[in-house]
Amino acid sequence: MNMIKILSRFFGGLFKRKNNLKIGFYGPPNAGKTSLANLLCKDWTGEELGTVSEVPHETREVQFKEKVEIEHNGKKMLLKIVDTPGIATKIDYEDFIEYGIAKQEAKKRAKEATQGIIEAIKWLDDMDAVIIVLDATENPYSQVNLTIIGNLLARKIPVLIVANKMDLRKANVKKIEAAFPEYSVVGISAKKATNMDNFYDEIFKLTKRV
Amino acid sequence: MTMKKNSKLRGFSIHIMPYSEIRELTITERVKKILQLVLGNRVVILQGKLRPEEEIRLIEDTMAMVDHIKTFKGIELAVVDAHRGDAGFFLKMRRGIAQGLTGESNSLTVIGPASVVKEIKKDPSKIEVFFG
Repeated sequence: MNMIKILSRFFGGLFKRKNNLKIGFYGPPNAGKTSLANLLCKDWTGEELGTVSEVPHETREVQFKEKVEIEHNGKKMLLKIVDTPGIATKIDYEDFIEYGIAKQEAKKRAKEATQGIIEAIKWLDDMDAVIIVLDATENPYSQVNLTIIGNLLARKIPVLIVANKMDLRKANVKKIEAAFPEYSVVGISAKKATNMDNFYDEIFKLTKRV
Repeated sequence: MTMKKNSKLRGFSIHIMPYSEIRELTITERVKKILQLVLGNRVVILQGKLRPEEEIRLIEDTMAMVDHIKTFKGIELAVVDAHRGDAGFFLKMRRGIAQGLTGESNSLTVIGPASVVKEIKKDPSKIEVFFG
C-alpha cells in the first residue's frame, strides 16, 4: 500500500463522521435485499432504489442511495445505502427461461449476474457495516451465507442479520437465530413492512459498533 | 455425509485432496487448482477448509469462469465441520481463524461442479450431496 493511501486511510478514519456510514445489503439472491433497501429509502427519501422481481438476480449491479437520513426514537443518522446483487456459487441461464424469459435475454441476464456477484464481492471492503438479508423460509446453513459472514468477521465489519419474509407461513426466525447465535437477528417482512421499529432499533445499535 | 444420485447421473470422479496438496500454495494457486479439477468434472473433497477470503475468492473466480466457459454453470460448495452443533458459527469461525490461518482442521470441504452436484444440503449435524 503506498504512503498516500495509508495517510488517507488514517486521516479518513480519524475524521470520519459516524453518521455518514456505508451500509451494505448482502445476502443470497431473492432474499429481499432490494425490497428492504427500497422500503428504507422510500420511508426516508421518498424514492425507491431499484426494481424487485420474483426472478432471481433481478439486481445485477451494485446500486446506492446517498444521504439517507433516518430518524427514530428522537435520534438521527445519515447513511449511504448500498444494495448489492445476491451472491451465489452458480448461475444457469436456463433457470431464467423457467420464468418465461427468452433464451437470448436469459443468457444476457446470466452474464450480468456473474459480473454483479464479482462486483458485490469487491464492494465488501468498502462497507462500514453490513445488513445480511436472509429468506426466513430457507435453510440458513448455506455455504454462501457462512462465507459472506465469515469474510465480514475476518474484516471486522459489524453485521446485522435480517430474517425477511416473516409474513410467509414457512418462515422460521428461530432457525436463523440458532444458526448465528452471536449475531443480532431481526425478523421482518419487507413486503408488508412489519416489525420495522425493531429493525430501525437494530440499525442504530449496528452503527454504534462501527 | 450421505450421497444420493439419480438415474440420469453423468460421469464424474471424486478427488480426495489432503491438505498437504495445497498447503504450500498461494491463494491464487489454491483456487486455480481446485477450479481446474472441478472443470474436469471432479468432485473435490478437501481434507480441511479454505479460509473465508479463499472461499470468497473461489466464488469470485467461479463467476469469472461461468462468464467465459459456455458449459460451466458454477459450483456447489459446503464445509462439514467436525465440531458440529457444539459451538455457534462465531466460535467456529474464530476457531478457524485461530488455527494458524492454515485451514487444516477436522473439517471436510466438498466442492463440485454445479452440473454434477445438484445440491448440497447441510444442517449442523449432517450433510447430503445430491448428484444430478
